[in-house]
Amino acid sequence: MSEYFHSVRLTPERCKGCVNCIKRCPTEAIRIRGGKAKITEARCIDCGECIRRCANRAKTAVTDSLDDLKDYKYNVALPAPALYSQFSADVPANVVLCALMHLGFDEVFEVALGAEIVSDATVEYLKRRDAKKPAISSACPAVVRLVQVKFPELIDNLIPLEAPVEVAARLVRSTRCRELGIAPEDIGVWFITPCPAKMTAFKQPLGAEKSSVTGAIGISQIYGELLKAVAVVPRDANCQRATARGVGWALSGGETSAAAAGNSMVIDEIHNVSEVLEQVALGKIKVDFIEALACSGGCIGGPLTVENRFVAEHRMHQRLAKMRAEDEAHGAAPAKYHPDSSLTEYDRTIEPRPIMRLDEDIFKAMYKVEQMEKTLNKLPGLDCGSCGSPNCKALAEDIVQGEAVETDCIFKLRERVRDLAQEMVGLAAKLPPSLEEREEN
Amino acid sequence: MNPEQGIVLDYALKGGDFDTAGEASSKIKRILQQIGVRSDVIRRIAISSYEAEMNVIIHAYSGVLKASIYPDRTELVIADEGPGIADIDLAMQEGYSTAPDHIREMGFGAGMGLPNMVRCSDEFSINSVAGEGTKISILIRHS
Ligand code: SF4
Ligand code: SF4
Repeated sequence: MSEYFHSVRLTPERCKGCVNCIKRCPTEAIRIRGGKAKITEARCIDCGECIRRCANRAKTAVTDSLDDLKDYKYNVALPAPALYSQFSADVPANVVLCALMHLGFDEVFEVALGAEIVSDATVEYLKRRDAKKPAISSACPAVVRLVQVKFPELIDNLIPLEAPVEVAARLVRSTRCRELGIAPEDIGVWFITPCPAKMTAFKQPLGAEKSSVTGAIGISQIYGELLKAVAVVPRDANCQRATARGVGWALSGGETSAAAAGNSMVIDEIHNVSEVLEQVALGKIKVDFIEALACSGGCIGGPLTVENRFVAEHRMHQRLAKMRAEDEAHGAAPAKYHPDSSLTEYDRTIEPRPIMRLDEDIFKAMYKVEQMEKTLNKLPGLDCGSCGSPNCKALAEDIVQGEAVETDCIFKLRERVRDLAQEMVGLAAKLPPSLEEREEN
Repeated sequence: MNPEQGIVLDYALKGGDFDTAGEASSKIKRILQQIGVRSDVIRRIAISSYEAEMNVIIHAYSGVLKASIYPDRTELVIADEGPGIADIDLAMQEGYSTAPDHIREMGFGAGMGLPNMVRCSDEFSINSVAGEGTKISILIRHS
């Protein structure tokens, strides 16, 4: 197996070698080689931006399927809060949840409950004196990976708390093992996911040594069956516990309001996140808390969701308004699990994975930087992507790394061809001295 | 390449030009990352160069930011033509600022610039002549 597990993959037969994905990848992880896109694994953060941009649907996310449930005695579905946004607000949350049971799960446990617990833990964390500010939320795995590869200097600013899904999984796994007397390996805990980044997070956990989540099933993958099930589930089915505070995490800004973070900032969409983190790294942004999400609008805009992001957002707002009213009428309080630290804390530290470095040897790296700057000055600066690298800067880097040559740039190639052609015309005009009439004195 | 050979980067800065503010510092930071300097050290260099860059843009008419990157250290020299600093000791105090209101409204000029630079650097020196300009030299070791 390769060093990094990645959920985002390429189907080569579908790839036409266009430049749409390479130009949008936030870490410049993709190159076109031999007419097909290639992802450099060490750079990929599984944000799914390339899945969104590919018109040929050549980029896909590897997730698990309902077939995998049969390998376990007891299966629990952990629906992401974003799942509710895929249905009209008239379909009550409990109906959506019970519909999951029709798909073969033995139990449904809301990730929103995990979100409520993490909200509490975040409130506590922000009060700590040793908390490094600005504290950056670690709930979105694509953002955590972006920090690892592009902003290693900000790793200490990441809040060392597990994501809601991991907390929910730990909770349900440990209680069910006890109550039902099942061995941990016989319980399948499945995240119903809006994004590929979560899948990667389970296969290659960011914080925990081993994830409590068995696997992830994309929302889009089961949406059809879920729609059918929703139609037959009785409206008064009883499947729901989480309150608006946890469910609100589906939208960008939901975490901030759930954690009642005062001096805070909410950023969504991976390129915006990257730009703002750049400024944080320059010491420019003085806030206490930053909620950063890779998808536009938050998880409702995840690459494995089905509904249009704006439709989903609108529905979610309607649903939340309803839920708040109901919560109040029933006096429902958010899950009051005491922030048990073993539930929410990271088991290990997040390592930097810097991708910028040109060479292990600092002298060689400095030499390469100089060569790169020189090469870059000669390139046209159009960032057209025709060379297969996302922009001229990346091509210059590929050239010093020996992975490309200057004439991969079509403008450079044309220049060379023109120079050669002129030389040939010049040569063609020349006659051998034996034929040439020379003026003799 | 021997230890005394370095990469020299020169950036011209223009007073009042907020469009390009921070660009030079971002470029310096990228190059340090490509060289493989430790990330906490990069952070200190980036913060001091950014503060210095902003100082020129906020207070001066024009200036230059020069970064010399060696394998073991980075030296920054920021020289400007501007009003200069009348009382350096006062300017070094946290929270002291001469930035005009419209600059403060933009969120700059909180009077933390110089103290921040000092905090981030291993060696720091400042020279200023009122009515002529200011020159700041900063050295940060890579280990
Ligand atoms: S998933 Fe994101 S980081 Fe990975 S190749 Fe695609 S766009 Fe780049
Ligand atoms: S914003 Fe949500 S859906 Fe998008 S990558 Fe992050 S966790 Fe996944």
